[in-house]
Amino acid sequence: MTAYIVRRLLSTIPVMTVVAICVFLLLHLAPGDPAAIIAGDNATPESIAQIRAKLGLDDPLIVQFGRWVWNLLQGDFGISIFSNVPVLELVGQRLEPTLSLAATTLFVAVTIAITIGVLAAWKAGGLLDRFVMGFAAMGFSVPVFVVGYLLIYLFAIELRWLPVQGYKPIAEGIWPWLRNLILPSVALGMAYVALIARITRASMLEVLAEDYMRTAKAKGVATRPMLLRHALKNAAVPIVTVIGIGVALLISGVVITETVFNVPGIGRLTVDAISKRDYPIIQGVMILCAGAYVLINLLVDLTYTFLDPRIRY
Amino acid sequence: MAEPIALVAPAPVATRDRKAQLWRFARRNPTIVLGSAILAFMALAAILAPLFAGDALTMLPANRLRPPSAEHWFGTDNLGRDVFARTVYGAQISLLVGLSVAAISVVLGLAIGLAAGNSRRLDGPIMRVMDGVMAIPAILLAIALVSLSRASVGIVIAAIVIPEVPRVVRLVRSVVLTVREQPFVEAAISGGSRRIKILLRHILPSTIAPLIVQATYICASAILVESALSFLGAGTPPEIPTWGNMIASSRLFLSRAPWTIFFPGACLAIVVLAVNLLGDGLRDRLDPRLARRM
Repeated sequence: MTAYIVRRLLSTIPVMTVVAICVFLLLHLAPGDPAAIIAGDNATPESIAQIRAKLGLDDPLIVQFGRWVWNLLQGDFGISIFSNVPVLELVGQRLEPTLSLAATTLFVAVTIAITIGVLAAWKAGGLLDRFVMGFAAMGFSVPVFVVGYLLIYLFAIELRWLPVQGYKPIAEGIWPWLRNLILPSVALGMAYVALIARITRASMLEVLAEDYMRTAKAKGVATRPMLLRHALKNAAVPIVTVIGIGVALLISGVVITETVFNVPGIGRLTVDAISKRDYPIIQGVMILCAGAYVLINLLVDLTYTFLDPRIRY
Repeated sequence: MAEPIALVAPAPVATRDRKAQLWRFARRNPTIVLGSAILAFMALAAILAPLFAGDALTMLPANRLRPPSAEHWFGTDNLGRDVFARTVYGAQISLLVGLSVAAISVVLGLAIGLAAGNSRRLDGPIMRVMDGVMAIPAILLAIALVSLSRASVGIVIAAIVIPEVPRVVRLVRSVVLTVREQPFVEAAISGGSRRIKILLRHILPSTIAPLIVQATYICASAILVESALSFLGAGTPPEIPTWGNMIASSRLFLSRAPWTIFFPGACLAIVVLAVNLLGDGLRDRLDPRLARRM
């Protein structure tokens, strides 16, 4: 097991290297002089030269890349061009809203998706099953921002049950914090629910057809333990895999959801940085998101051994 | 002489047969028929837009935020532009981007995937690069690519293609690796066929069915990503109406004029749903192995 973990950790090195090269080249292969882009449309040649010197843009590419990676490895993600604050500090300030949104979405989506997926498989072909499959097809097709505005219009503007936009830190109390997160997590969770419910249903259908399920039924195991302990546990590996894969979906969705609901998180930080061409922030956020994605999928792989003892590394 | 009768008679039978066949196909594959019908309708509307949609660009501030009426079917937006005309023109960009992204990423992914599956030396490096590209959140990569270059439809297409390619590469590679071990490929090898011929004649055809299915899903996701990019202001130039930028520019008027967001949003959802339905139907028909897994 330890050997496997070490091997998997080592295998993230080439992946993250590719990520670093892509993110680095993105800035340097973009048409035009990065310094001139950063300086803006009405910049003087002196200010452009100043930026070039500050960013070390006159060195050969490979030297710049090496210096950048070396700094990254020491936890130095650079300094924002506009606010002159270290990127890591800016990301840290914005971490709470984004993590709150991701956590509530994950919780809501996984709970709903597994419940309806299990029920749909149990009553396969029935009304509930058709409803779930129909909902899954819709969930994949309606974009986050359309769901978001529909929810805002319905629950915030017409019914006035929930706030329209914004975010309250958890320090101001659990309820105000949660109230602001309900609509964004439902909007963001839609596609995620569709994805997980589909896999749950398919995986459960496969397990329910196994001989040991007939045995359990014949033995007189009650429905609930039969579905949960006998079936769901054995159907868990594909479900957990897709939860891990879906994190990519979640990260992309967060950027849009935060814009719709005006949540001051990392997504807003990035969109603002991109519109201002604040390269150190863009690069830093991309590296951090890719790292989070790789790490989460590593954890997903490790949970397999707990879910299915037959899997050994 | 029975001959002339025999020559004439089969014709009406054949057409009736074909009609019956079509009807049977439609009944057995409702998702394919429904999906393609909606798409055909939208595509037709997009192509014929100049003939019937009316003026999408003229701003009439006196006419702003009018609710749907006989004159403006979908109402008018905050600058007094006709939402119906803009929605119809928006279909052009969505369908163009969806189809181009699907076609380009399938072709690129097929070429790279065949190379990876066929050569043990290239396989490792190619797959590491693909893993890396997949780890970067697609939307962030696309926004960054678009905003670093000058906004144009071509750049938007390229920016959506890049994150999609690794998925196609993985699919093609896995098909190649499976088919390579099949007896008929072994037979071709022992028969002395050249490697390139084996690859193109014997392995390539197996990738076509899953690729068609994958292409429809890529098309759906490309339409969604394009609308998200336009929505975030990192898409096509703002003077071209797209469903994403229509929603973005109307969002401040949500409480006063919900129709400005509702109609483009509904069209977006319907088109993506139609493409997804088509994909599900094709998957069930062409790739039963995959159908069982989903």
